[in-house]
Amino acid sequence: MSRHLPAFLIMTPMLGAFLSPLAVMLGRTARNAVLVLFSLATLVISLGIVSATMGGNVLVYVMGGESYTLTMPSGMAYPVRIMFEIDGFNALMILCVAAATFAGALFSVAYMDRFSGWKRYMSLYFMMATGALGMCATGDLFNFFVFVEVSSIASFGLVAFWRDKPEAIEASFKYMLVSQIAAMLLLIALGALYGKYNALNMAAIASMARGGTLDKIVLALFVIVLAFKCGAFPMHTWMPDAYAEAPAGVTCLLVTVSQASFYGLIRICFSIFPGVGGAVVPWILIVLGCASMFFGVMMAVVQHEIKRLMGYHSISQVGYMLMAMGVGLLAAGGAEGVYGFKAMTGGIFHMVNYSVYKALLFLCAGALYYATGTRDLDRMGGLVRSMPWTAGMFVIAAAAISGLPPFNGFISKWMIYESSFAVHPALTAIAMITSVLTLASFAKVFQAAFLGPAKAALSGVREVPCAMLAGMAALTLFILLLTLFPSWFTSRLFDNAAHALLNHQGYVSAVMGGV
Amino acid sequence: MRPMSVVVTKVCDIFAWFMVVFGALIINNGHNTPGGGFQGGAVVATFLSFLLAAYGSRRVFAWVRENIFGFMACFGPLSFFVFGCLGFPHSFFFNSIAVPEGGQPISDWLPYAGTISLMDLSVGCGVVGALSMIILLMYKSIHMVETGEGMGGERGHDRFER
Repeated sequence: MSRHLPAFLIMTPMLGAFLSPLAVMLGRTARNAVLVLFSLATLVISLGIVSATMGGNVLVYVMGGESYTLTMPSGMAYPVRIMFEIDGFNALMILCVAAATFAGALFSVAYMDRFSGWKRYMSLYFMMATGALGMCATGDLFNFFVFVEVSSIASFGLVAFWRDKPEAIEASFKYMLVSQIAAMLLLIALGALYGKYNALNMAAIASMARGGTLDKIVLALFVIVLAFKCGAFPMHTWMPDAYAEAPAGVTCLLVTVSQASFYGLIRICFSIFPGVGGAVVPWILIVLGCASMFFGVMMAVVQHEIKRLMGYHSISQVGYMLMAMGVGLLAAGGAEGVYGFKAMTGGIFHMVNYSVYKALLFLCAGALYYATGTRDLDRMGGLVRSMPWTAGMFVIAAAAISGLPPFNGFISKWMIYESSFAVHPALTAIAMITSVLTLASFAKVFQAAFLGPAKAALSGVREVPCAMLAGMAALTLFILLLTLFPSWFTSRLFDNAAHALLNHQGYVSAVMGGV
Repeated sequence: MRPMSVVVTKVCDIFAWFMVVFGALIINNGHNTPGGGFQGGAVVATFLSFLLAAYGSRRVFAWVRENIFGFMACFGPLSFFVFGCLGFPHSFFFNSIAVPEGGQPISDWLPYAGTISLMDLSVGCGVVGALSMIILLMYKSIHMVETGEGMGGERGHDRFER
């Protein structure tokens, strides 16, 4: 049964999406049960996958066949099957997506209760989760493209869910425009690869790629497209709008969808084209990372609208991960290998942290919007008395994202500071300045929303319903576990993930059988 | 959209059905020839476009029921999922009908292409339903903009009922 886990991972949310219209017709209880149980089942399956990939195991699953190749009567074997390949790195990403899906679903039960349109909401929500999980699990580049499209199309609909708001339509249209340009470039890159190698299987291409001119062009296209999709500066323009206008449960999942694109970028740089482009590719990642970090936080500081502010912080946090992975790619193969490995472990740790605390922050922002009916910080104040649970969980998430000790954000950022210093002290300086500005920005949010005298207009505000608190509590628990047991997570999961990324030969041979 | 001349409606009466038959052929032969559920489904969905163009939106809206297309869009993916599950314990999507364990087909009446053929039918059903819904909704919005009927009176998921 356990060998089918990768298939169950995709099947579960997909079945949830197909059953949603029927569940909504059956009534409120059936609807809520399907939303929560299917997302919980996805989370349980993802935990099973993480457990199965511990210790360097690689799960390979071929859809519809025994082997990844299709053997023709002539004896020719074509690598055409739909295939999943999951090692320690993508298992972690899958866990993040599944956790966000579950938390967002719990939150949505109460948050979306007063709206109609549940058939569409639930179907698209599960399809978005399916797309993001597929992006993380697939071992085939064309299927990666298909899953990118599945998650993108679902998210266009969900960003524009409140379609009477012109801002929501504009955000969705902007996101669609950027995504479709990116998708076309991705398709061109895939066409070029298929033309050259007659294959789109990731391991097959990794075994054949030698770093020729076409490989470099394709790699450049991949970097541009996936940097677009993960919201790196200067290709970030869609991100604050889309994050701000989507319902909070959706934004929670959108964070991990953009992380799935980040996963794709890192997988391609490390496992498919390792060493292609020399030091240029790592330095591009480092420069993109520094620019995203600094400009993202600078734009966040001046915002007055809570979800837009958090959207700009997302750009800044993606910058940390890009820089860490760039340092890892630059240093891993050279004399500074130990720093490279630490940078990668720190980057992976930060990726998990970001998925969890940013998702929680968006849920907190959703709770504030639910209770007050506004996202404008200037119209909030004194809410700590009426919303103590939301305030408490917001403080934990804000401390974690700002890198305050002893929270998990501090540990991952410290690993990134240490390793980036070995490459250039300026990188560490930029990262630390960004962290200080992040703290300043979240101190402003906390002061504006929760402290000070209560506003007369908000006198009737009460704490949000239990289901919403439960969604936030699930993510808070995850943050506290990462904070309390960082060594366990690092030694069992993050080091394993970094080793999996560096083990290019292992990634290839898991499918190709010792090429 | 207003109805077109009697020549157009008569031609539509004859040829719109051919599009359905042609689409069904593409769906049914997807495992042998270029085509399959998506392509065939898209061809079948043109049936509704023909009717709308020839007879006008008011008359067609009186004929068709949106719920039928909604049911098809829901039933198609669900049956696709069930056919995919027939592949277990080998793997999801494994063609256990065409390539059974003991080498013998399960039944003579099942298609020789196995689950591929059945999945083509499922995808075709889903695509016909979904594309027809899209076409209907697009015509509805054109009708709404042209006549002003139903504008501003919508109570959908965009209402923040506080």
